Amino acid sequence: MAVDQNADRATQAAQLAEEVREFLAAHDPATTEPLEFLRARYDAGLAWVNYPEGYGGKGLDRSLQADVSDAFAKAGAPDNKAGMNAIGLGMAAPTLLAFASEEDAKRLLRPLWTGENIWCQMFSEPGAGSDLAGLGTSAVKQENGDWLINGQKVWTSLAHHAEYALLVTRSDPDAVKHRGMTYFWVKMDTPGIDVRPLRQITGEAEFNEIFLDDVVIPDNQRLGEVGQGWAVAQTTLMNERVAIGGKVARRGEGAIGEAVRTWESSEQRDPALRDALLSNWVEAEALRIAQIRLGQSLAVGAPGPEGSAVKLGLTSLTQRLTGLELEIQGDDGLRYDNYDMRRPDLDKRWSRIPGFRYLRWRGLSIEGGTSEIMRNIISERVLGLPPEPRIDKDVPWKDLPR
Amino acid sequence: MTTTADVPVGGQYSLLETEDEKELAATLRGLLTKRAEWQQVLARTEEESSTDLELWKQIAGELGLAGLAVPEELGGAGASWREVAVVMTELGRATAPVPYFGSAVLATAALLHAGDKKLISEIASGEKTATLAVPFSAGPGKPFTPTVTVSEGRLTGSIPVVADALAADVLVVPAADGLYAVASADATVAPAVSLDMTRQLADITLDGAQGTSLGGDAVGAVHHALLIGAAMLSSEMYGVAQNALDTAVAYMKQRYQFGRLIGSYQGLKHRMADVSVSVSQLQAAAKYAAATAGENDPDLPVATAVAKAHASVTAPKAAEECLQMHGGQGMTWENPSHVMLKRAKADSIGMGRADAHRTWLGELIELSA
Repeated sequence: MAVDQNADRATQAAQLAEEVREFLAAHDPATTEPLEFLRARYDAGLAWVNYPEGYGGKGLDRSLQADVSDAFAKAGAPDNKAGMNAIGLGMAAPTLLAFASEEDAKRLLRPLWTGENIWCQMFSEPGAGSDLAGLGTSAVKQENGDWLINGQKVWTSLAHHAEYALLVTRSDPDAVKHRGMTYFWVKMDTPGIDVRPLRQITGEAEFNEIFLDDVVIPDNQRLGEVGQGWAVAQTTLMNERVAIGGKVARRGEGAIGEAVRTWESSEQRDPALRDALLSNWVEAEALRIAQIRLGQSLAVGAPGPEGSAVKLGLTSLTQRLTGLELEIQGDDGLRYDNYDMRRPDLDKRWSRIPGFRYLRWRGLSIEGGTSEIMRNIISERVLGLPPEPRIDKDVPWKDLPR
Repeated sequence: MTTTADVPVGGQYSLLETEDEKELAATLRGLLTKRAEWQQVLARTEEESSTDLELWKQIAGELGLAGLAVPEELGGAGASWREVAVVMTELGRATAPVPYFGSAVLATAALLHAGDKKLISEIASGEKTATLAVPFSAGPGKPFTPTVTVSEGRLTGSIPVVADALAADVLVVPAADGLYAVASADATVAPAVSLDMTRQLADITLDGAQGTSLGGDAVGAVHHALLIGAAMLSSEMYGVAQNALDTAVAYMKQRYQFGRLIGSYQGLKHRMADVSVSVSQLQAAAKYAAATAGENDPDLPVATAVAKAHASVTAPKAAEECLQMHGGQGMTWENPSHVMLKRAKADSIGMGRADAHRTWLGELIELSA
């Protein structure tokens, strides 16, 4: 039985549920080898149902996915390393779907979804973070059509696990900065790619710096037209914000839940700290309700810049809460568990001590767009205030001060 | 499959305006734009009667909004507190000087709880204006103790800073053995010079005043009225805050300094972005509190404590920032900033301060002391 794409939503949901039941009957999660199960699920179009047929989906509405995911989770289906492959699933996949050749997209998306291939994105550089279009990693077209890449990337999560990467480069230094960029996908074992751990304030090396030294990339790994890398990057980044603003927590869960647990187990409670904690509880709940409202409003209209308000609110709340947690801990707040340099287990970050979270979450206001960029977006695109004056708009990239 | 139990708390209601609510808001806003432009509101504060009784007559009588929360069989419109919150938002946006809060919210909620049938229908029709004789600063987080004593049907005692008492025909007075209706003419209602000039307060003294017993459980009725009052005031405060944000942003788009629109300075834009984030949270939290009030949902106390605690921080902040963005002009009588600031700050104390709501919230969610 197939899902009728023209049927109404309720009918589609019912048909989908039936397909999931049939699939689970044919592939018992308890006895099927996990990878075989995941591959079969992908081939059945039950991986991400909003993707087109032949790409792990059925061309249905994105909102139907939650039910499918729930049904598989309840049946004890194997997971596809979603925590580890967040960049692959959230950002690389939609970019590949939109810009890769049909053949490449079909070949790359299946092992991406099953978790066989982890992806990372080589975007930021030491001189270009928030100002991504300022990047300088050079891509020079060779006589045989290949591209020769040289430069340095930084703050690259997961690069040490990744088989593949998205890569943005400067292909025309004479063009203005948003025009002279070109976008590729690349295998991480390509000669000339050197991934080095970058130790952070937590002691861990979750990020990497990457040196690109005469890396050769064939032209058929280009995503989008030459010089149109900025447009491709926008697709990636829009999907990043959707991923960050995504799921609404349950009341009392998330950073506020951690802080309340720390409070309940603390022996150094006092009324002033309690009021501070309650003040954050109020904001966490108001923010959560605002997220629900935003979701309802997106369901009846087009997505807009309002998601930036959620990211900004979540960021400042979470940072404040982890700071408060350390104070609530009193003497124990002075201790840290382990500054040894190591590669972290990203899935276990939430079970770390408050001190770790206090340090790590300082990055929330930087990664995925700094809080200052979010405030620019809100003030300009929600409130309609005048844009920042731009002195770099009409200047060739090579002539920009840096 | 998704079941109702899987919906996060808050998601069980639409937090957007329904078509009916949009229409209600538009009708009222249309009237207020004509009849309560901020200069008119400001001028009213210097007249002898601080309440705009003509406007109140239109809102309560002609538009029939005083009985929105009252069932039809009691002479009301049979809508709910959710619709009342829409009215409160518009009245807040306009800082309108009408006794809607005292009459259609506080007195109405208390009378509904007490089971009164006669007075409430007179209030719902706009025929009479009432208020609940409790201090505006009282909140739902602390047990209420009546300060008025009754002896042979005569009431004695005093209640300070009562909202909307100056325009009231009837005072609903809580005493130990129930609620009493007292004609304002039989009480001493002394106007206070109020921080918020658009909602003048009064000190009430009862010196053996004749009261009509309305029965009911006075402590329970007052608690209910303060709970509904705090939820509805949060919606009013959202209206004030949104107007303060809109006013500031509009000004920043036309005021030049150093050869640039001041709205193009990042230092100022970012402050408005922060206000906008808080106001959008307040909008959602107030809407949720109104929705729980409308459905008499058991989550009403938590929703209200969250909304009012948030409102009491956000609304004054929005108004303070509005004043600051206007520079020296913001400090003048001819600028709208002070009208909003005074309403926002007074409201932040009204129906319980932020800290009182947080303390109460701590009890409701059973957070250890």
